[in-house]
Amino acid sequence: MDIFFQQIINGLVQGSVYALVALGYTMVYGILGLINFAHGEVVMIGAMIALTALQALLAAAFAPVLAVLFSLMIAMAVCMALGYSIERIAYRPLRHAPRLAPLITAIGVSIVLQNLAMMIWGREYHSFTLPFTSTSHHLGGAVMNDVQIGIVIVALVIMAGLMWLVHHTRTGRAMRAVAENPAAATLMGVDINRVISVTFMLGSALAAIAGFMVSANYGIVHYYMGFMLGLKAFTAAVLGGIGNLRGAMLGGVLLGLIESLGAGYIGDLTGGFLGSHYQDVFAFFVLIAVLVFRPSGLLGEKLAERA
Amino acid sequence: MTPPSNRLLELTNVGKHFGGVTALADVSLHIHRGDIYGLIGPNGAGKTTLFNVVTGLYQLDSGGFQFAGQSYTRCKPHLLAQAGIARTFQNIRLFANMSALENIMVGRHLRTRTGIWGALTRNAAARAEERATVQRARELLDYVGISAAHQTLAKHLSYGEQRRLEIARALATEPKLLALDEPAAGMNATETVALKALLQKIRASGITILLIEHDVKLIMGLCDRVAVLDYGKKIAEGAPEEVRRDPAVIAAYLGGETTEAPDGTTSHSTKPASGQVAGYRPQAGEGLG
Repeated sequence: MDIFFQQIINGLVQGSVYALVALGYTMVYGILGLINFAHGEVVMIGAMIALTALQALLAAAFAPVLAVLFSLMIAMAVCMALGYSIERIAYRPLRHAPRLAPLITAIGVSIVLQNLAMMIWGREYHSFTLPFTSTSHHLGGAVMNDVQIGIVIVALVIMAGLMWLVHHTRTGRAMRAVAENPAAATLMGVDINRVISVTFMLGSALAAIAGFMVSANYGIVHYYMGFMLGLKAFTAAVLGGIGNLRGAMLGGVLLGLIESLGAGYIGDLTGGFLGSHYQDVFAFFVLIAVLVFRPSGLLGEKLAERA
Repeated sequence: MTPPSNRLLELTNVGKHFGGVTALADVSLHIHRGDIYGLIGPNGAGKTTLFNVVTGLYQLDSGGFQFAGQSYTRCKPHLLAQAGIARTFQNIRLFANMSALENIMVGRHLRTRTGIWGALTRNAAARAEERATVQRARELLDYVGISAAHQTLAKHLSYGEQRRLEIARALATEPKLLALDEPAAGMNATETVALKALLQKIRASGITILLIEHDVKLIMGLCDRVAVLDYGKKIAEGAPEEVRRDPAVIAAYLGGETTEAPDGTTSHSTKPASGQVAGYRPQAGEGLG
């Protein structure tokens, strides 16, 4: 049972990160019908910027707490600018192109960002250590440290804030209106391009936070880290029903739990034949299963209402 | 001729083509402030295309139009909405998964300011504006007579309620010109009478109305002036009773386009439209739909 609780905790922590990244995929899809495959790379850039900023701020003798806070804010700002630029440069010119064109462009942007990061930060793994010790807490037989508790709490607050923004503010209403019916929204005076830019910037800010979280949790940053994380988060968005915000959050947490429990028990289940390094298999098994049995996802509606 | 200052919307030689098909050819017309202006014509005559041009959904190929003294040839829809043109759609286009109240609140987008920072910081101005938006949306629901439905998702409203909600949402943008694309389509006689009263109330509040409609009785009873389109050309314009007697109009409706003609001419069970068309006899308008 100790392993079970431990894996639940690990799954919740990882799932919180997936959920934040999945929200970025699902928001863009909801409004543009586009899978932004460069989103995982935005997470990576967020982590890299946070690392560099954190080191610089600590070197400049900032108090640890302030250094962490400021580096996160810098990462968010840079990612928002990056998300905005990606949309302006790569996707907007293709707004009315066949759907395959922006999809391939997204993969292209992803490769460009990876290589850019490799040129700036190199091919090696960087260690990402927070400037304070993270105490471990024993809950029953399971262990959860401060960083993990922080990740789950921050993720919950951010997601609640996003839901409030989307449902109870002028900006959020404009986003939903554009997602439901762009022509009608524009006649209400909603500037569609502005809404799309805001959406990309919001998603990228969440990506920066997620990038900071994974880095703090695993203590390692690498130019390739966004690829697998992006694919997993995309899987989470599909699992929940792409285009649906609640679905992205549910899908993220569920995928985290499935992966974590799968990794924890795969050794026992296969008599030691397969080890926990097979954990990635579960995410893609889930993706295939969803696509085959319930393509609209857990909370997704049938794709009928797009005008 | 009326002085140009009294003209809210003036189209000059507007043309629009789709490939080889001419949807609008050299259409010129003007709408006076405070009027209800009817636009009729057989299916495919270019009525909705004209709506799409003046609301910016289509870019016109030739000519131009003036609205409230400002000239336009190419313009984004949200800027024309800002200038004061609002519309409804022939096939209702509400935000189906938003509540009736929220639909109207989106309509207030144009006349409100709060950005994302204001929303996140919840400053006094943002909160006051949000309160005012809710308040105005409730008033508009009440104005069009569906206040009981404010929390209902738009897709769950009845057909008549959806039409009214779409009008309320358009009014929320504070238009000078309200363009309605077949608002009575699919309505029963009682609903149509109520719609007519609503449109008269809107006109009385100072808003000019441009109306596409197949219900002849509604057009004749409401409109100050009427234009008839056929194959993208304006074939007649004037007071309703003049237009109704125009040989070109009668020819357009009888000349092979009889499919939709009975529309307005078979529903004369309710009371006569109004004094202005007291002499209106169904058989005289035979085929005009």
